[in-house]
Amino acid sequence: MIYADNAATTKMSAAAIETMTSLLNETWGNPSSLYGFGQKAKEVLESAREKVAAVIGAQPRDIIFTSGGSEADNQAILSAAALGRQKGKMHIVSSAFEHHAVLHTLKKLEKEGFEVTLLDVHEDGLIRVPEVEEAIRDDTCLVTIMYANNEIGTIQPIREIGAVCRKKNVLFHTDAVQAIGHISIDVDRDNIDMLSASGHKFHGPKGTGFLYVRKGILISNLIEGGAQERGKRAGTENVPGIAAMAAALEEVSANMERNTTHQREMRDRLIAGLKQIPHSALNGDETNRLPGNVNFCFEGIEGESLLLLLDDKGIEASSGSACTSGSLDPSHVLLAIGRVHDVAHGSLRLSIGEEITEEEVDYLIRSVTEVVEYLRSFSPIWRDLMTGKKEFIL
Amino acid sequence: MALYSEKVMEHFRNPRNVGVIEDANGIGEVGNAKCGDIMKMYLKIEDDIIQDVKFETFGCGSAIASSSMATELIKGKPVSEAMKLTNKAVAEALDGLPAYKMHCSVLAEEAIQSALEDYQNRTGKKI
Ligand SMILES: Cc1ncc(COP(=O)(O)O)c(C=O)c1O
Repeated sequence: MIYADNAATTKMSAAAIETMTSLLNETWGNPSSLYGFGQKAKEVLESAREKVAAVIGAQPRDIIFTSGGSEADNQAILSAAALGRQKGKMHIVSSAFEHHAVLHTLKKLEKEGFEVTLLDVHEDGLIRVPEVEEAIRDDTCLVTIMYANNEIGTIQPIREIGAVCRKKNVLFHTDAVQAIGHISIDVDRDNIDMLSASGHKFHGPKGTGFLYVRKGILISNLIEGGAQERGKRAGTENVPGIAAMAAALEEVSANMERNTTHQREMRDRLIAGLKQIPHSALNGDETNRLPGNVNFCFEGIEGESLLLLLDDKGIEASSGSACTSGSLDPSHVLLAIGRVHDVAHGSLRLSIGEEITEEEVDYLIRSVTEVVEYLRSFSPIWRDLMTGKKEFIL
Repeated sequence: MALYSEKVMEHFRNPRNVGVIEDANGIGEVGNAKCGDIMKMYLKIEDDIIQDVKFETFGCGSAIASSSMATELIKGKPVSEAMKLTNKAVAEALDGLPAYKMHCSVLAEEAIQSALEDYQNRTGKKI
């Protein structure tokens, strides 16, 4: 089996599992209890906070543990909106290919009277910094742009966008769920005010994550209750999960250089191999992309049948086809970079792991090539393209 | 839980009657690329019997399985019977489809209807 869907979720690392199970067995106290057993859990929690903060160059007190990336995105955006509303600033700048955790939160704010500008992400899947600057108005209370896209892996010019926001005195949030643990992030260097992360995208457990909030920004609660997380997120902390996430993040960050050098090499081999398939195209910029992300469109076929046949060959992958989402439209990300429906349905995302081998990459190339050829062999669209009845798009 | 029934997967993996009929006397194409499904049916009808049927499909697993099953259900049958094929019959023969995939069976029914209409138009025969 070749698991090539690491952008969906990752396998927990041995270090994370070991941390989690030992805590479940031994340190299961409530960190809010005052006796020693509870305080031990508190120590574990605070040590996790320090580790996570260190990875992004933040102060531990600026980390709020959450149930994952979605919660962090919601809390960051709704907090900035609440601050904006107080000052009569009800405009937000974001991009068309954000995760739904961001886009749906923005939709909700629009219903409440906010105005949202979604920036174009261009054909290469990248946002242009001058366009961010132009979009910022006197009444803009937040810019929220993802660090790296979950479908096409493109890495945005975050540092420069952050600098523009600083200059304009506007809060800057970034959804770094796909980036953290895979590329270097530093909240000071990158001029980031708020950042969302999710444990299960870097070999930590599902249902864990955190929000970084720069000191001085008044954050509002999504969950009211006890005084956990400095009163910003109520609920007894998921100590085993949080510690396991920190262990996973510490490990991937320590090995980042080695991991990503190998991963990039494998990614580029995979891209080069898949480019040999006629009438195919890589989605997103070739170099400004996550070390593990490969995303292609193949003309004349549909993504779900491609995935099912790859599954039969022991390959787990994903697609932006409408059929895989249960909606009528293909992925909003592929549409945002200008892929028309016809070809967006034939997309394939392979998000490879750190330990993929050259043989596995070659197997991926062979298998995808075979399946695409097979599906084209009885595709009426492919026939029309080949007989000149229809013009190729790719 | 699997996305599809065993029957759907079996027809998807080994679709029956794939391809084209060069001397077809009824051809129907339905769906569009924008929605992600296109089915094309080729019929060879002689003496009011569907002697041969083949299909080409661009679409998801259930679209391919529905096309395959639909061709099986009408092959060798009188035209009048094929005319009555419903999407429900296709879906039932596949041991069911997920609710949001029922349109694939509708497409299969429509593709056959369209091919039969083409046959009527070409031959002037009323079914
Ligand atoms: C870019 C991005 N943001 C947010 C999320 C949501 O994270 P979680 O599943 O932890 O809520 C994901 C994961 O699907 C993601 O890829």
